[in-house]
Amino acid sequence: MSRQTQKPVLSASGIVAGYRPDLPILHGVEVAVKAGEVATIIGPNGAGKSTLIKAVAGLVAISAGTVLLDDREITGQPAHQLARLGAGFVPQTGNVFASLTIQENLVLGGIGLNRAEALARIKEIYQRYPMLGEKRHDKAATLSGGQRQILAVARVLIMRPRLILLDEPTAGLSPMAAAELFQLVRALAADGAAILMVEQNARAALKISDTGFVLAEGQNRLSGPAADLLADAKVGQIFLGQRTKAKKAAKKAGQKPVKKAAKKAARKTSKKGAKG
Amino acid sequence: MFMQHLADGILSGAIVALGAIGLSFTMKILRFANFSHSELLTWGGYLALIFLAFAGSFADLSASNIGPFSFGWPMLFAMLGSALATSLLAVLLHYLVFRRLARTAGHMTLVFASFGIALLLRHLVLLFWGHDPIYYSNELQFAILIPGGARVMPDQVFLLGLTILVVVFLHLFLTRSRTGIAMRGVAENPELARITGVNVDWIIIWVWVIGASGAAISGVLYGLTVQLRPELGFSLILPLFAAAILGGAGSLYGAVLGGLIVGLSENLSVMVIPSTFKPAVPFLLILVILYFRPDGMFGERK
Repeated sequence: MSRQTQKPVLSASGIVAGYRPDLPILHGVEVAVKAGEVATIIGPNGAGKSTLIKAVAGLVAISAGTVLLDDREITGQPAHQLARLGAGFVPQTGNVFASLTIQENLVLGGIGLNRAEALARIKEIYQRYPMLGEKRHDKAATLSGGQRQILAVARVLIMRPRLILLDEPTAGLSPMAAAELFQLVRALAADGAAILMVEQNARAALKISDTGFVLAEGQNRLSGPAADLLADAKVGQIFLGQRTKAKKAAKKAGQKPVKKAAKKAARKTSKKGAKG
Repeated sequence: MFMQHLADGILSGAIVALGAIGLSFTMKILRFANFSHSELLTWGGYLALIFLAFAGSFADLSASNIGPFSFGWPMLFAMLGSALATSLLAVLLHYLVFRRLARTAGHMTLVFASFGIALLLRHLVLLFWGHDPIYYSNELQFAILIPGGARVMPDQVFLLGLTILVVVFLHLFLTRSRTGIAMRGVAENPELARITGVNVDWIIIWVWVIGASGAAISGVLYGLTVQLRPELGFSLILPLFAAAILGGAGSLYGAVLGGLIVGLSENLSVMVIPSTFKPAVPFLLILVILYFRPDGMFGERK
């Protein structure tokens, strides 16, 4: 297949990043996605999955490593430039402007374009997602969870991104809405975009992915074709089987998911010290 | 008497409303209470003097009056010039003080810095223009009797008309222009706005320009209908905050309605309480509103 020889749209290597420069959460992570591919980052809680996707999106400071978007270095670019350069990021929460109408949300999505071009693309979006067109003058706050995700993705699509970053797109969605969203993700890849997402729902996400990256303690553990990872007994045992447990732990731990990882790191004396 | 107080209330409410719009926007988008905002009203009023003098070197000021008003096109030119100059002042303060502090310090630091700036600005006005009241024009105006028995000056009618015009313009700006929509987006979620591709730093400049322009126009209108004094802004600080808080930070209509309520309640209160207590009315309003609606009338619940 030509995909084998194709250059990746996104290739990040040696990423060291964190919310504080003295406390890196990622210790040299690699990730690459090709056009038309869906890649999913999975891993236990506190592995640095969201940090990685945010670092690529320019929201978390990268202290070492490079991020390339189609051979162009975008490491440390301000987030608002990235949208114009062709990388669209859909955050996990607060990913639509609730107080603005659907149309206004989409207008902001196209703010990097000239007015006429932006309006033409918004029209295309309405054709593709008629639900958004019907509700264009409603406030985004009136949408359901699944509809909000569609709007959030649509807003990113206006810039026709070559890379789409999704941070836990199915979080808080009903199983049916989650399945619909995965279908939408597949459709976006079929249109040629490279998609990198972080998912708690690891098994379902891997099923619709081409490749998977397993992260643990801020480092790459495993990576490869998603089907292989799904079949891998070790992955199944460590990450997929413990999904519900991890979720509970996440709720409990709240904003301090690195605590456990830090303890583990401390035990392995050679590790880079405490992280939480 | 009631009609007179009503008319006075609406007029002083319009001045407060214009000033409160900017305060409300900066409070919402820059996320701190800017106590130096009221000094921008003072500066707006005084800076207009410079532009008026400039226009006066080209035309006879008293001969160019329009209709029944005490002023002509030089005053309109001065108002525009003052709005631009006051915006420049606000943007300068943003770069020199607020932007730097916002990066490293907390919100309270910004609030205290704004106190300092307010003091500085107020005393610079004293230094440059002295403490005596100044009038744009010494011409006498005849009041017009409006139905209901109240008397208003033609300039006051202009004040009201201009306020309505500014509010309509801002409404269109916020709902039709992409910069206006982006401003509302930044107000709701700055990080998402940034991700979406909005240049948030640029939007913040716009917030200052709109806030300062509103303040300048408000200050000029105050100077036109009352007088220019160095403590013009300082005396309005409570009404301005009351209006912005009443309306809910970030809401255009909230600030306008808040301004009207403050103006009306101040002026109508003199019918029941001694007028020396008038300045306490905004205080009471803040207390009452915060008790029932902590986020203001139009503010979103958090």
